[in-house]
Amino acid sequence: MSANVLKVENVTMQFGGVVAVDNMNLEVNEGEIVALIGPNGAGKTTAFNVITGVYQPTNGAVWFQGEKIVENHPQGKMKKLYKGQNDGTYTHVLAPTPDKITQMGMARTFQNIRLWKSQTVFDNVLIAKHCRTHTNFLSAALRLNRKEEAAQRAHVEELLKTVGLYDVKDELATSLPYGKQRRLEIARALATEPKLLLLDEPAAGMNPQETDELTAFIGEIRDKFKLTVFLIEHHMDLVMDISDRIYVLDFGKLIADGTPEEIQNNQRVIDAYLGVAEDA
Amino acid sequence: MTTSKKKTVFLAAVLILVLAAAIAVDAALPSYHIVIKVIKKGTVYALVAVSMNLLNGFTGLFSLGQAGFMLLGAYAYGVLTIPVAKRISVYQYFDGGAIQFSLPEIFESFLGKTVGTTVGMLLALLVGGLLAALMAWLIGLPVLRLKSDYLAIATLGFAEILRAFFQWNALGPITNGSNLLKSYPDFEHATSYIILAGLMIAFIVLLINSTYGRAFKAIRDDEVAAEAMGINLAKHKRMAFIISSFFAGIGGGMLAMYNGTIAAAPFKSAMTYEILLIVVIGGIGSITGSILASYLYIFSAEWLLRGLDSGKFLFINAPAVFKNGFRMVVLSVIIMCIVLFFRKGLMGDKELPDLLGRRPKARNKEVVGK
Amino acid sequence: MQQILPYIINGISVGGQYALIAIGYTLVYGILRLINFAHGDVFMVAGLVMVYATTAMPIYAAVPLVLVVTVALGFVIERAAYKPLRTAPRMSVMISAIGVSYLIQNLAFYVTGGVPQPVTNPIPWISENVEILGASTKRVTLVTPALTIVLVIALVYLINHTKIGMAMRAAAKDFETAQLMGIKINAVISMTFVIGSFLAAVGAMLYFTNYPSVAITSGGMPGLKAFVAAVFGGIGSIPGAVVGAFIIGLCEELIKGVGYTTFSDAFTFALLIVVLCVKPTGLFGEKVTDKV
Repeated sequence: MSANVLKVENVTMQFGGVVAVDNMNLEVNEGEIVALIGPNGAGKTTAFNVITGVYQPTNGAVWFQGEKIVENHPQGKMKKLYKGQNDGTYTHVLAPTPDKITQMGMARTFQNIRLWKSQTVFDNVLIAKHCRTHTNFLSAALRLNRKEEAAQRAHVEELLKTVGLYDVKDELATSLPYGKQRRLEIARALATEPKLLLLDEPAAGMNPQETDELTAFIGEIRDKFKLTVFLIEHHMDLVMDISDRIYVLDFGKLIADGTPEEIQNNQRVIDAYLGVAEDA
Repeated sequence: MTTSKKKTVFLAAVLILVLAAAIAVDAALPSYHIVIKVIKKGTVYALVAVSMNLLNGFTGLFSLGQAGFMLLGAYAYGVLTIPVAKRISVYQYFDGGAIQFSLPEIFESFLGKTVGTTVGMLLALLVGGLLAALMAWLIGLPVLRLKSDYLAIATLGFAEILRAFFQWNALGPITNGSNLLKSYPDFEHATSYIILAGLMIAFIVLLINSTYGRAFKAIRDDEVAAEAMGINLAKHKRMAFIISSFFAGIGGGMLAMYNGTIAAAPFKSAMTYEILLIVVIGGIGSITGSILASYLYIFSAEWLLRGLDSGKFLFINAPAVFKNGFRMVVLSVIIMCIVLFFRKGLMGDKELPDLLGRRPKARNKEVVGK
Repeated sequence: MQQILPYIINGISVGGQYALIAIGYTLVYGILRLINFAHGDVFMVAGLVMVYATTAMPIYAAVPLVLVVTVALGFVIERAAYKPLRTAPRMSVMISAIGVSYLIQNLAFYVTGGVPQPVTNPIPWISENVEILGASTKRVTLVTPALTIVLVIALVYLINHTKIGMAMRAAAKDFETAQLMGIKINAVISMTFVIGSFLAAVGAMLYFTNYPSVAITSGGMPGLKAFVAAVFGGIGSIPGAVVGAFIIGLCEELIKGVGYTTFSDAFTFALLIVVLCVKPTGLFGEKVTDKV
């Protein structure tokens, strides 16, 4: 088995009294497409936000490419809750901002599309290349970075061709139809040259045909850019089609993991999705 | 490609025209003439407005500290350029002050009169800009973490602190306390102002269209997305803040130059408000808008509407109504109308050359999705 | 003690005046999330009207006139400058507020001719000298804190026990839902401006009694300081604003007492910056989180 790219270790995320993610452990291996599924409000996006540095976990650690990138030791109330389990393991807090994590090679899309509204399609992708520039603001303003700029622009054009948005590159990002906006978000994430791509409900709001196209597309880019993909999705067709493995989250807890077949036949997953009477 | 070429040609043509006009005006009119005054003040305001637009319009940081940074620049300029011989009369309450050199005079001694003085003056302006930038660097870290209106009020407060500080008697040997600084040199020609401010505005424009400028715009449009795409928010916000303050400092120095005297009192929040309103008139996020609005505002305030203050305007003679202060009332009513009914201002977020070429295709299309 | 006592008494008095202005900021911010930059200028206008009214008519007519004019001004500002921007981005409303402030100052300059209007014993009773603990002071220094506390209690009662008060609380909690629940949001917002302006008018009458004149810029400083008080106490919270105002008033007067008059203003803003950076929600403010 190849080395894991992402490892989530005992991650708990608590907001006041609400435990959104409860002691999560998961691994995503190189080249895999792994899905995180679960009913609404199960804590999937929260998990993404912890992994990408938006939230600092109340407890736990995140490893990326064999390196610990996020870590927090139990504090306050959590101390009692998790005492024993990882007592003394975590000695310091590691909480990089999302931009640092992106620079390490992790990129994401958003559930509620967050494109830069006043920018064109081309610029949306070009801006994402900013984190890979080496020029300082002076040489950038004085145009001493023409070579780098040209290379970046060429790369963006190539990316836009790959995702099929080249013909609309000069339009405003927000004027694109929904499906294309989602593709643009993926292209933007790819522009940051990630190893691991996190997709938050990439097929939300898409019709079946668009979903099919997207399924094929995710596979293509995985192969083309040698990516590892970790995604949240509600469209089960897509999930079952492309995932190598699936994790199921319910009320913040992981309740199952396995191949698509295993998940489809797992009673706890079926219960979680269909609901089961408490006294049954 | 052709459109972008056309835009460049257009821009170059405008620049040459402006420069030619300025040289002609300089040659034809004495330096105390109202036209020269309007051009000079308008140019200074253009620079300051553009620097504010860089922060408020392009980076989306609503800062109201402009007057504070201008104050720093103004004082730096005055303190460093007053001729040594005149210091004893300027700093009459502080025994001639603590600083006994003058940059223009230092450079004059080995570069000759014209070149030396100019170099010294430019250097003093630069020092003012750097001081403002340094101050921005210092307060940027804590202040820029604040959200929109808190940032506004914190920067406003900072400017007020700075003003109190410069009026403090204990600093009198340097700042002359609450007395005026005066007798320092000024550029005689409006052309000098235009070239100087023009170069700095050009730098800002280049910066805005560079990869850093694009990052600023991304922060303005969606901070969360910008951060997720690897843009370091703290670093870039601070950078925009420092650069904007740098040019505000230089603008403050130039304003001091134009005014002929420096006191801390005028650099209060009303000055920041004035500049902000100019930016709004021009269009938040449009450089050419800010420039046009600055000239228009100064032209109206200093010249066109002058009659409103002195009894006679457009052949209407009504001294009872047209008395001192009426022109500012009219101006602020116009501003309020723009703020309320033409929120995009003169230019929206477009630039002058954009009016030539085609707009991005999507402008007139239905917005799909949300 | 004998030496600082006058400063403490003064501080409490100034604090009360700030509190009356601060409530206007805090109420408006609570509902509209807007820093009403024009509030300090409304305060200044109240001072000017007082000067004009008390010289032109007897005191029992002048005081109500000041209150009515100020309240009307606050009402008109909201209707004319903020209501049209209800759906606009917050930045636009803030710019509008700054525009209003600019307009009022220019108008006041025009009306007064730019000359500070002398305050000549407008309300004789509160200007009389009284002795307190061996220190001589104007009666206004004693009236202010008492009046402030009475008004604040009345306001808190209004907000907690009347229908309009309930509507105001609802609107502050969730603007849109309150609207959906049938609360006449415009009436509620107007009401907050009316209350805020009324208190500012009372504050102005007390404040300017202590000063020789009212200038067009007289509103700026007390306005900003009252705003700082509101932030310090936790913006949106009335008790917070009052406590914050008293603390700031006291500190300021004590700094003056120590001999650093130049820095009494600067202190307020330094406090503001520190509070904003350390605890942006202030003493009693609610925590707000952004959703990703």
